Amino acid sequence: MQGLDDLYREVILDHYRTPHGAEEIDAPSVRVEGFNPLCGDELVMTLDIDDGRIRGLHIKPSGCSISVASASMLAQQLEGKTVQEAVQLKESFKAVMRGGDWPSGTDPGDLEALEGVKRFPVRIKCALLAWMTLEQALAQHDPELVSQVEADKDIEVRAY
Amino acid sequence: MSTSTAQATEPQAIDVARVRADFPILSREVHGKPLVYLDNSATTQRPEAVIEAIASFYRTSNANVHRGVHALSEEATDAYEGARARVASFLNVETPDSVIFTRNTTESINLVAHSWARRHLRTGDEIMLSVTEHHSNLVPWQILSQEIGCKLRFLDIDDEGHLRIDQLDEVLNEHTRLVAISHVSNVLGTINPIPTIACAARSVGAKVLVDGAQGVPHGPVDFSALDCDFYAYSPHKALGPLGIGVLLVDRDLMEEMDPFLGGGEMIRDVTLERSTWAAAPHKFEAGTPSVADAVGLDASIDYLETLGMQNIRHHEVSINEYLLERLQELPWLTIFGPKDPNDRCGLVTFNDNQIHPHDLGTVLDQHGVAIRAGHHCAKPLMRRLGVMASARASFYVYNDRSEVDVLINALLAAREVFGLST
Repeated sequence: MQGLDDLYREVILDHYRTPHGAEEIDAPSVRVEGFNPLCGDELVMTLDIDDGRIRGLHIKPSGCSISVASASMLAQQLEGKTVQEAVQLKESFKAVMRGGDWPSGTDPGDLEALEGVKRFPVRIKCALLAWMTLEQALAQHDPELVSQVEADKDIEVRAY
Repeated sequence: MSTSTAQATEPQAIDVARVRADFPILSREVHGKPLVYLDNSATTQRPEAVIEAIASFYRTSNANVHRGVHALSEEATDAYEGARARVASFLNVETPDSVIFTRNTTESINLVAHSWARRHLRTGDEIMLSVTEHHSNLVPWQILSQEIGCKLRFLDIDDEGHLRIDQLDEVLNEHTRLVAISHVSNVLGTINPIPTIACAARSVGAKVLVDGAQGVPHGPVDFSALDCDFYAYSPHKALGPLGIGVLLVDRDLMEEMDPFLGGGEMIRDVTLERSTWAAAPHKFEAGTPSVADAVGLDASIDYLETLGMQNIRHHEVSINEYLLERLQELPWLTIFGPKDPNDRCGLVTFNDNQIHPHDLGTVLDQHGVAIRAGHHCAKPLMRRLGVMASARASFYVYNDRSEVDVLINALLAAREVFGLST
């Protein structure tokens, strides 16, 4: 089926089966928990941020294929990146999920595969869970980095 | 249901094709496929007769009730009070005065917590619930217990999802003041032995509240025979309108209950300083009620009684037999609840061991099949079952075995989408 093939692309299923960021990290500097009260999905995110760069990232997801794959892609893309780059990617991804386009010059990598989710409005919150959790984690690391942690009615995030 | 007065007559098969013709929504398509509506435990659909009754009230008799001496107000009042009397006869309640209209089961249970329990329970008292309760029959008691310092105790389930009746003696004691229990579990489908539980509750002097949200829709319910003090249900889960709920209260308890909301309709006299209350049930129904929904409820009871509640029960058991048999053909499924189709109402909760229920729900939706996926407002039970979420297919009078086949085929298709073996 057209819609389903768009949603469950092979790259998404690959991330779901063997997610990135599965390995625990030694000395996390930030630990945040995000969950989706409506459907019960949750994930724990720990980051090792040193000198403005994400040295290590561990995500323990528990949820549907979309939320797990999205978290896995986040881990894949952000390991080794600067916190500034993380903020930018997070903003771009949120905008794309809400109907926007990737900024020109951005390479979304595997994240491009999640665009099919846009055709399933009730599942967008699944794709956003990891990214809203990241937003809180970055704000916790440095409040000046994230001007405002967005309150999302579907997703709750708290220090873990 | 096992807890009701059995009819002497043999059950008649429900003519599903004829029933379906009465439900306009069932002829629509979803994603280009015929709608297979299997989310009846969340809310059922409504027959034309109910939709028409509501529309007709607004067209011909609309007015506010219990005030005004004009003809329309009188007609509206008659219709509203007529619906109350209808509920009383439908559920074998001694007097219509025992029928309180609310918004839904949740509000009915909150009414008992506010108007009865808050006045009668003290620090150190206990309330017995079960681990299977819907949040609506758990959260109000958590709030109350935190407020007055009483204790919640829980009856567990066995591996098949039957309540551990054998543990009643351990959980109940002289401190138990209230037993609040579901008639039928909205997740496991288990029909609970209410008379047995009520009898044990009485022996320690506790009152009994039954959450009948999944009780009334699925078979004959006899309030007098159940021997409970409070019975709550939501007509929208039994072909009635959204927006109206019912609470049945033992007549003797009505007088020892405080009002629920304060305002119009619920008073006898009001001065600037204080007020006195109207007689029950109006004392508990402040403000303008949902009159059109009461009229729709009346029409839905007509429809249910024409089908026959015993026949509806029989129909669900027949679907259960086939549904459980077909689901058991799929070895990758975990099926929750009793194995005997006679021990459950027409709903089955299950999980594909490799596909998350939300993904399953999305794939099924693309096949036109509407199921519920998630925690079913019973998070403690999900934890007890060791899962985060589950999928639930719930059947009603207009569903037949062919829709079980559509469900099974969609479950197989989901395996294909996820590249899993069948």
